[in-house]
Amino acid sequence: MEKTLQLISGNEALALGAYHSGVQVAAAYPGTPSTEILENLARFKDIYAEWSTNEKVAMEVAMGAAYTGARAMVSMKMVGLNVASDPFMAASYTGIIGGLVIICADDPQIHSSQNEQDNRHYARMAKIPMLEPTDSQDAYDLMGYAFDISEEFDTPVMLRTTTRISHSKSVVDLNRTRKVKNDSPAFFFNQQKYIMLPVNALPRHALMEKRMLKLKEYTETFPLNQISWGKRDLGIVTSGVAYHYAREVFPEASFLKLGMTWPLPEKMIKDFAGQVDRLIVVEELDPFLEDNIKSMGVEVTGKEFIPLVGELNTQIVTDSSIGVGLIPESEKILPPAEGLPKRPPLLCPGCPHTGIYFVLNTLGQRTKLLKSKDDGPQEPKLIITGDIGCYTLGAYPPLSVLDTTACMGAGIGQALGMARAGVKSKVVAIIGDSTFMHSGITGLVDAVYNQGHITIIILDNRTTAMTGHQEHPGTGISAQGEETFAVDIESLARGIGVKDIKVINAFDIKALRNGVKDSLDREEVSVIIVRGSCAMRVRKRANPRKIDVEKCTQCNYCLSLGCPAIQSADGQVFIEPTLCAGDICTICEQLCPLKAISA
Amino acid sequence: MRTVMSPEGDIGMSNAKMEKINLLVTGVGGQGVVLASDIIGETALAAGYDVKKTDTLGMAQRGGSVLSHVRLAPRVWSPLIKDGTVDLLLALEKLEAARWSHFLRPGGIAIVNNYEQPPLSVSLGQEKYPGDGAIAAALKRRTDQVYFVDGTVRVKELGNVRTLNIFMLGCFSVFSPLDVETWRESIARRMPENIREINLTAFETGRKEIEGVRIGKS
Repeated sequence: MEKTLQLISGNEALALGAYHSGVQVAAAYPGTPSTEILENLARFKDIYAEWSTNEKVAMEVAMGAAYTGARAMVSMKMVGLNVASDPFMAASYTGIIGGLVIICADDPQIHSSQNEQDNRHYARMAKIPMLEPTDSQDAYDLMGYAFDISEEFDTPVMLRTTTRISHSKSVVDLNRTRKVKNDSPAFFFNQQKYIMLPVNALPRHALMEKRMLKLKEYTETFPLNQISWGKRDLGIVTSGVAYHYAREVFPEASFLKLGMTWPLPEKMIKDFAGQVDRLIVVEELDPFLEDNIKSMGVEVTGKEFIPLVGELNTQIVTDSSIGVGLIPESEKILPPAEGLPKRPPLLCPGCPHTGIYFVLNTLGQRTKLLKSKDDGPQEPKLIITGDIGCYTLGAYPPLSVLDTTACMGAGIGQALGMARAGVKSKVVAIIGDSTFMHSGITGLVDAVYNQGHITIIILDNRTTAMTGHQEHPGTGISAQGEETFAVDIESLARGIGVKDIKVINAFDIKALRNGVKDSLDREEVSVIIVRGSCAMRVRKRANPRKIDVEKCTQCNYCLSLGCPAIQSADGQVFIEPTLCAGDICTICEQLCPLKAISA
Repeated sequence: MRTVMSPEGDIGMSNAKMEKINLLVTGVGGQGVVLASDIIGETALAAGYDVKKTDTLGMAQRGGSVLSHVRLAPRVWSPLIKDGTVDLLLALEKLEAARWSHFLRPGGIAIVNNYEQPPLSVSLGQEKYPGDGAIAAALKRRTDQVYFVDGTVRVKELGNVRTLNIFMLGCFSVFSPLDVETWRESIARRMPENIREINLTAFETGRKEIEGVRIGKS
């Protein structure tokens, strides 16, 4: 028995839970905090697992598989569901044959995202059941329920996790082994179910409403909707990781912990509310449980004192509860030590983005722009629309090269919009290779079709770096490590109709500067592919650069690269040999006006 | 050189079996904080504890500050530790020790690697790296049990700077209620064959180092 106990993350537990539940097809696009779910599944060679081009395609792959009776799943970060929302709604209408589970990983606190949207609203909108784990054991167990519910009620099931659950490790009893329910998937002709023409979609909607009534009955007896009685003066309804914070702050209260948060067990909630003096909800982000409980006519409070913004923790729940007299004042906590320098994330030593960013910084006089930002509104000399990836870190000083970042693929459309609105400055869009595959291609087609005079710089580091180096259609390697066809960005752009395409070595400053200058001067759409492997993937590091202190005049020009290997102590700049990427990079060596840097 | 900054205190944790321990492991992206906290968690599980551990990573893996919360108890609820309740702070870099000092409980223990990795803002001259006195003062707001160890120097002598995280585990192990053999087993399980020996050596070196610091003080 001991052997089945393991300390694993929520994401590993979801992957193992799905595997043991007999999942046959899994698709995903990498996105923090969901990435490790598919990474862990891809290791099993008896299932099919893919990195899809984007979340929409992933959802469609999983839908198709589920139509054949295979058990299928798709995993994504919360904003991924925005991309996949079209097929997501359709899947609710058509229903499935084999179980279809959609894992959505929300990111309260925006640890690594562009917003903190609460995806629980999606389950309500799509009229599908939703499950929420509180820890890794729940994640493992709920995956089993998710597939069963999906098949029993002919519906996709949403499993909603959050960063804190996905990335925390806790002890799990892995008490199941893999069982495949349908080992000979087949697609059977059924136009009324699968073709969403108005004539079919309207009756399907009616079926969805009937399905919801059945699910409302089911949730009343769902085993992971659990009441634990304590003192009756305070009852707490909660779900997700908030359950643990609340348990710790209110050790004596009564709890209704919800493992299934849509539809809600109305009878159970009313019964629980009727047996406690005061009812509160402790939940992260929006008042989802609270509002829905209020609409049952039950008196409850929650967001009146629990914050709407950011993730919760024991301290926040404590402080909020003191504020409304739920618990007595406790000792004052110590503030953080003052005046400490911050340590924000940086582009790595040897990063292939540093060189092009330095060129854009100097051509666009970005440092000057930053210094004069208090002098009133001003248009940058070079407007640079950004995108989502490691390269978003270029927004920070000293490089400061981005003007916008909204969502995956947005930079190209935004650049075109600005150019067409008639800005005086040149407009450049920056996008990574994986992001370009995800949702940059359609933007490029639009730019060519509508003839915007913009320059699109594709930073091709041959991987999806930010999320931990996943493969993508441009790398020619599948999620399960097999060689496959590599989509060639240059031919793709040429096929779309871009005439000016340059491929430039990411570590050649002179070529980068000349290339960018040339493209900016053109009255057409131009594409620059800046190619260089992600430094984290280069194993061979030889000849770290050194600074000759005799030649160095402390002009600090090299420090403006923002390379973590270039440091300064006691007024002398030096290169930390254990950090420098050496021969693969040499950008500082190319830049040093005094030729003081060499191997 | 050993920097000893605190008087010999009552460790409290090494003798009887502790009911529960809240532990913070911190450092800079790339130093191996996450692996170290994983090994702590796995060792505690092997010793029969309930364990939760969580990292604040996100974008921080690119050279930013990294923090792992590890909690051991008969039953652990929240994965995140409440402010002011950390029993032991294990810091692989000095500035990061000061940054999280407010999490320490009164009388908690801080083990700090005497190593400075300046953030970019310091290199650019925009901010100042705090002196040893300021770092010790931040920690001493909570506790006198502050132990500085020369981990980076020791693992350089061993010939592999990447073993720093395991060296620091060695330092921690002396204060922990977990059996030394259980520690060795879980380290060995996590390390590929070619670096297993050197990591186990780093672990022993860490144990000796912290004992030396403790004895050296009296």
